Amino acid sequence: MSSSTLWRHPEFAAGARETRDVALGIGAWGLVAGVAMSKAGLGAAIAIAMSLCVFAGSAQLAALPLMVQGAPLWVIWATAFCVNLRFVIFSAGWRPYLRSLPRAQRLFVAYFTVDFTYIAFMRRFPQPGDVRAQLAYLAGNIVVSWIAWQAMTILGVVLADVIPERWGLGFAGTLALLGITASLLVDCATWTAAAVAACAAFAAFALPFHLNIVVAIAAAMAVGVLIDQFAPPRRAAAASEDAA
Amino acid sequence: MTRGFFVIPDREVPIPGWLREALRYAPLAALVAVIVPEIAMSDGHLVGTWKDARLYAAAAGVLVFVTTRSLLGTILAGTAVLLALRLGLNW
Repeated sequence: MSSSTLWRHPEFAAGARETRDVALGIGAWGLVAGVAMSKAGLGAAIAIAMSLCVFAGSAQLAALPLMVQGAPLWVIWATAFCVNLRFVIFSAGWRPYLRSLPRAQRLFVAYFTVDFTYIAFMRRFPQPGDVRAQLAYLAGNIVVSWIAWQAMTILGVVLADVIPERWGLGFAGTLALLGITASLLVDCATWTAAAVAACAAFAAFALPFHLNIVVAIAAAMAVGVLIDQFAPPRRAAAASEDAA
Repeated sequence: MTRGFFVIPDREVPIPGWLREALRYAPLAALVAVIVPEIAMSDGHLVGTWKDARLYAAAAGVLVFVTTRSLLGTILAGTAVLLALRLGLNW
């Protein structure tokens, strides 16, 4: 990607400007992630490295308690993967836009594209078109959100050392995940799936290796599919989506 | 990984319909399974007391989210309740 010319493209400024408006939210989220990582007992260097490598707020926050309690790597992986499954859906959406790029560049873009990038991009370019303009817009968007996130995460890591453990600031990470969870509870099926997941996570808590999380995911998915089978209106909606 | 999932292969990948339906519930389930023990369990047991600041912080967070749909507000309200109960009442 010849970045020197992307900088000058008018779409770069457009992408940067639109992202600036949500940078406060991105930054606050990064601050929470930074504090949570530090409070979880990762050293400052590791916490910052994790943030730079992973760049995935919710998956990072969900993985933290598991890392602290010494869950096996594959369970941490599976959990982070499931939390970030929405990006699998998004990546299917990215495909038509990025198809003309080589694979290395596609992956490079994929690392940087977070929720807001996707939403803003799809709003600006409803149809795949001028690749240069799209890349320039993406670059502007990404530069601002990446810097806002990383700077605030590092600030959070540093601040966390100063704030006493008792204040329970690490809990802010759980609260953030709680908010995301609440946003996913949109209908009867999702409520039921969530209740099943909660019960399964409790009931199977005694299992070793945090397998209770895997059990909860499997149970909730099974119940969700069952509800969809027995709820005709939902199914019709899903089927029309498939057709489109 | 997840963000790149469908841009990795060069050719189109078909997804069966039932799997796509099931995947709708996976993120929700993973989140619930992670946060429920964080909020309501300690040392592997359901908390036995109502004097646990985390319960009220979570309730405040949900309340704020339901009324304002603001993630930032959720975090701030929950943290405020947690701090007040921890420092004020020593819960």
